[in-house]
Amino acid sequence: MKFLPVLLSAAAALVLSSCGKQETTSSSDTVKIGMAAPLTGSQSHIGQDIKNGTLLGVEDLNAQGIEIGGKKVKFELVAEDDEANPAKATTVAQKLVDAKVVAVVGHFNSGASIPASKVYADAGIPQISPGSTNPRYTQQGYATTFRVVANDDQQGPACASYAVNNLKVKTVAIIDDSTSYGQGLATAFENAVKAAGVEVVAHEHTTDKDTDFAAILTNVKGKRPDLLFFGGIDTQGGPMVKQMKALGITAKFMGGDGIQTPNLLALAGDAADGVIASIPGLPKDKMPGGVAFLDKFKKRFNADVELFAPMGYDAVFVLAEAMKRAGSTESAKILAELKKTDYKGVIGPIQFDDKGDLKNGPITINLVQGGKWQPVDTVVPTTAAVK
Amino acid sequence: METLLQQIINGIVLGAVYALVALGYTMVYGILGLINFAHGEVVMVGAMVTLAVIKLLAGTGLPLVVQLLIGLAVSIPACMALGAGIERVAYRPLRNAPRLAPLITAIGVSIILQYLVVLVWGRTYHPYPELLPTTPFDLAGARISPAQVAIIFFSALVMAGLLWLVHHTRLGRAMRATAENPVVARLMGVNVNHVVTMTFAIGSALGAVAGVLVSINYSVAHYQMGFILGLKAFTAAVLGGIGNLGGAMVGGLLLGLIEALGSGYVGDLTGGLFGSNYRDVFAFLVLIVVLIFRPSGLLGERVAERA
Repeated sequence: MKFLPVLLSAAAALVLSSCGKQETTSSSDTVKIGMAAPLTGSQSHIGQDIKNGTLLGVEDLNAQGIEIGGKKVKFELVAEDDEANPAKATTVAQKLVDAKVVAVVGHFNSGASIPASKVYADAGIPQISPGSTNPRYTQQGYATTFRVVANDDQQGPACASYAVNNLKVKTVAIIDDSTSYGQGLATAFENAVKAAGVEVVAHEHTTDKDTDFAAILTNVKGKRPDLLFFGGIDTQGGPMVKQMKALGITAKFMGGDGIQTPNLLALAGDAADGVIASIPGLPKDKMPGGVAFLDKFKKRFNADVELFAPMGYDAVFVLAEAMKRAGSTESAKILAELKKTDYKGVIGPIQFDDKGDLKNGPITINLVQGGKWQPVDTVVPTTAAVK
Repeated sequence: METLLQQIINGIVLGAVYALVALGYTMVYGILGLINFAHGEVVMVGAMVTLAVIKLLAGTGLPLVVQLLIGLAVSIPACMALGAGIERVAYRPLRNAPRLAPLITAIGVSIILQYLVVLVWGRTYHPYPELLPTTPFDLAGARISPAQVAIIFFSALVMAGLLWLVHHTRLGRAMRATAENPVVARLMGVNVNHVVTMTFAIGSALGAVAGVLVSINYSVAHYQMGFILGLKAFTAAVLGGIGNLGGAMVGGLLLGLIEALGSGYVGDLTGGLFGSNYRDVFAFLVLIVVLIFRPSGLLGERVAERA
């Protein structure tokens, strides 16, 4: 009669597993991690980069053989394409929730991460964005939002710090593109330079569809600023730089990560030389684990890292570490441990503040020299207070 | 003073572009009473086709101005065929339909053209090569680039040419007759379909050149550039009195000046309450005021001179 209890428990296990609760019971050892980014469309190169970074993370974890709560687990990546589209982002977020992922690495665009975050928050699934920099993403009151990249509130002051301390500017003019990204960045910059006693002689607005900036640039020219700061992206920044030079404006031109792109160089041509732009994170070859990571990535995918692959890779490891500490793959338990993260990643030390923002995320200042982006300085937000 | 002069130059350049595109709207409206919303897209296709040709010629070492002329030699006939083709396929079958039908068709054609361009050239903003010299001229401290001079010069030339065409050629007389009364014109032996086709072709040719000039001026081309440009040009045409050639020119220049001076000075005049982002609000406010007092536009006597 000894095998009756065994039979019973086996039957119970069968029933349990057929209830679709595999990921939290011990009957399964596969842990699904979700990933969402623009895998098609004009930003697909960035999305694929993030996907490859997270995939590499998952493969490395599996090769290491991770044990969680005394049980060996295998990680599986579930990648979804949000097309950089806010509406599509919520759809794929729901798809990932339905696929019972325990955590999500994504999305890339702030405009996608923000609407998707509600879906993850409702499901109680932690979300780590590798590239969304809009401050609002972590300020919605959700406990599930994290990011492994500095936000715009940190990027604006970093630019201001460089402008005041290194470029010694006395007067600035500001133009933003009326989007949440552009306005947020421009306002953060404006507040920081004002605090340092720099005079803001003009704050003009354009849109993210315009290509004619002659009128506002003429206005700026009349005010003779030392520096023109642009909160917006390369499609406006490129023509703006060109028109600025054509009007004979000699002020320096500065912007955020939205203009720190190869596209700006193509659109602005020769006029791009001397343009300054910040970008969250360290230059990829200056990251603590950068060189080794670049090699490994190249070997695996036969492609160079674009930008955010290391963030994706680290996000996966941050999640795995939290699972190890929690001894569980339940989302709620991972979430509790995620807040206590103290991890040395490829991008450097990773800790989260109470909102889920990266503590002391470094910001790199780049300059266009000879038609190429060159890193010239690194600013860490705690030291970014203008001297 | 220097700033004011520069803003006036900015306004004239912008206005000349609006006028050039507005001519395409106003010619078609004058003859058919139809608002050809796809005209902005024809302008965009003109810029894109020229860019494609120039890219093909990039390795040949031909002087840039020659490349530009070859590009135009391809894109102008292409746009003329496109404009005439749109009329043949999308508008002619609806010529006697209620007026809303061709309006909706026009919006449809506009969207189709945008996405055809997306299929071929993608959604990216294409950098436009500097086909004209870039060293600006200095005018009492204000600057004007050769591309901007070309825009003003070409617009004036086209205006004069069109007026001559309408008033001193057989085709022009046929156009005026068709505008007056298509049925009677046909009875008098005017081939109305031919006149309409030619009107679309001429308007599209002007649009193609406008598209190229705009792209050179702003050094960028993209699939949505025709939409906003078309909307503004249409506004200019209404402001000047739609259906009236001189009105398109006046309306375009006026709208350009209002926009430039508006975004330049509204912020300062209102103490920062309204910034430069209110320039379109300002432009449309002027449009509404003009239309209240002159419902058919500034030069709105359409009867005699519409073409």
